Amino acid sequence: MKILVPVKRVIDYNVKVRVKADQSGVDLANVKMALNPFCEIAVEEAVRLKEAGSATEIVVVSIGTTAVQEQLRTALALGADRALHIETDQNLDSLQVAKLLAKVVADEQPGLVILGKQAIDSDNNQTGQMLAALTGMGQGTFASKVQLADGKVQVTREIDGGLQTVELPLPAVVSTDLRLNEPRYASLPNIMKAKKKPLDVKAADSFGVNLSSNVTVLKVVPPATRQGGIKVESVAELVDKLKHEAKVI
Amino acid sequence: MAILIIAEHNNQSLKSETLKVVQAATAIGGDITVLVAGFNSAAAATEAAAIAGVTKVLHADNAAYEHQLAENIAALVTELGKDYSHILAAATTTGKNFLPRVAAMLDVAQISDVIAIESADTFVRPIYAGNAIATVKSADAIKVLTVRPAAFREAQTGNNAPVEALTAVHDAGISRFVTQELTKSERPELTAARVVISGGRGMQNGENFALLNGIADKLGAAIGASRAAVDAGFVPNDMQVGQTGKIVAPELYIAVGISGAIQHLAGMKDSKVIVAINKDAEAPIFQIADYGLVADLFTVLPELEQQL
Repeated sequence: MKILVPVKRVIDYNVKVRVKADQSGVDLANVKMALNPFCEIAVEEAVRLKEAGSATEIVVVSIGTTAVQEQLRTALALGADRALHIETDQNLDSLQVAKLLAKVVADEQPGLVILGKQAIDSDNNQTGQMLAALTGMGQGTFASKVQLADGKVQVTREIDGGLQTVELPLPAVVSTDLRLNEPRYASLPNIMKAKKKPLDVKAADSFGVNLSSNVTVLKVVPPATRQGGIKVESVAELVDKLKHEAKVI
Repeated sequence: MAILIIAEHNNQSLKSETLKVVQAATAIGGDITVLVAGFNSAAAATEAAAIAGVTKVLHADNAAYEHQLAENIAALVTELGKDYSHILAAATTTGKNFLPRVAAMLDVAQISDVIAIESADTFVRPIYAGNAIATVKSADAIKVLTVRPAAFREAQTGNNAPVEALTAVHDAGISRFVTQELTKSERPELTAARVVISGGRGMQNGENFALLNGIADKLGAAIGASRAAVDAGFVPNDMQVGQTGKIVAPELYIAVGISGAIQHLAGMKDSKVIVAINKDAEAPIFQIADYGLVADLFTVLPELEQQL
């Protein structure tokens, strides 16, 4: 079975983002970029399924400028077999991304699609669900456990207040939550080997998908800053302040 | 404007998030219809009819909707949604699960985690884990939104809207509920708690997290952790507060042995009051804490528990 893993290049989660003065967005010039943390978990899960003999091939796909090839190489170094770069300069919304991915699903016919539950830049948490809708597949979102058996997948999902397990016929879409696994690091030999793995490039507009969005960003501003607080000298003073000043206990 | 809100419930009762979504919807203006889709869920439908501002309740009661499986709920909402200008759900795991599926089936975008409504087509939402706030305008014919419950008050009750039963059943047949395991904790859920106490690398090991239990019990608090504590294996990662973990906005957040790395702050900086306990006076957490105590947590925690 083939597993398709869509991945996204995002600002590194350790970077403190700066909003541009003209309110047009976040300043991404000369900022460290990385594989979205939830996508790393998706790649790891696919690699583990392959190591367990449940999958035969892992295809990673990313959409964006040439720069995303860096993240595709990272995914290849982590164990993916080949990569597809869908090239575009446009900043796409989840719906357009899901439409492109649906075309890739139609071409590649994967048995399973695993992707991150959300990207840490746009924080949308939509693409997996939208892809499942467009391809008519069942969805196992926020997965903390994935088990394959008899042409079905059982997905244990992190829901508010606990866990829920659902069973979906394959092919299906699974989105990863933090608890699913702990991603491995790419070893230097694997990074070298990844340079030789196949990486195809296709233009986004060759897929016949309308890439324009009906959503416009009017402005992006920094969040309200907090007032600096005070330091207390003792536990007694802290408890007193919380009781009488802040009135929260 | 005609607004459809999909109620969040456990078949017996409505969750408070639904009242907050109704409150958000009143800012759009127009008739508000609440859909209660569940099984043996008449009680939840009755509760929905009592929310002030609700014009009508649609009640779809069938085994296919019992566990809120996205495939079935989305099919139902897509069918109903065509007649509405806005479709709203709470940005909970349930809402986040089915609503993007609805949006894609309707071929419109979804605006996630809305924290303010400026007009019927303009919405405010956090991006980059709350480090930037975007105002977006949608030209889609149907606006599909998830609403961040923490950003809105609960709507009043005391209404008596008509309840209309829906008979058509949408069973997509591509998913099956297997089991559910709800955490049987006396403590509140991390994302819903009024008070959260979190430990970081400074806790030194998993056993020491027990020092937080007594304080959490006295305050009715949930216990969280920083990524450092999770990565060090002290606690499981469902306790993680931060950019890749849970985002909380309690009334009181107590950070113990947490330096205050930006990705942790992203998950808790909207808390009303922040307390930091750290022995390093230079720790960044003190820059955002309302009350800081520079001291060894191993002396402070037992003392704090005793004084509460």
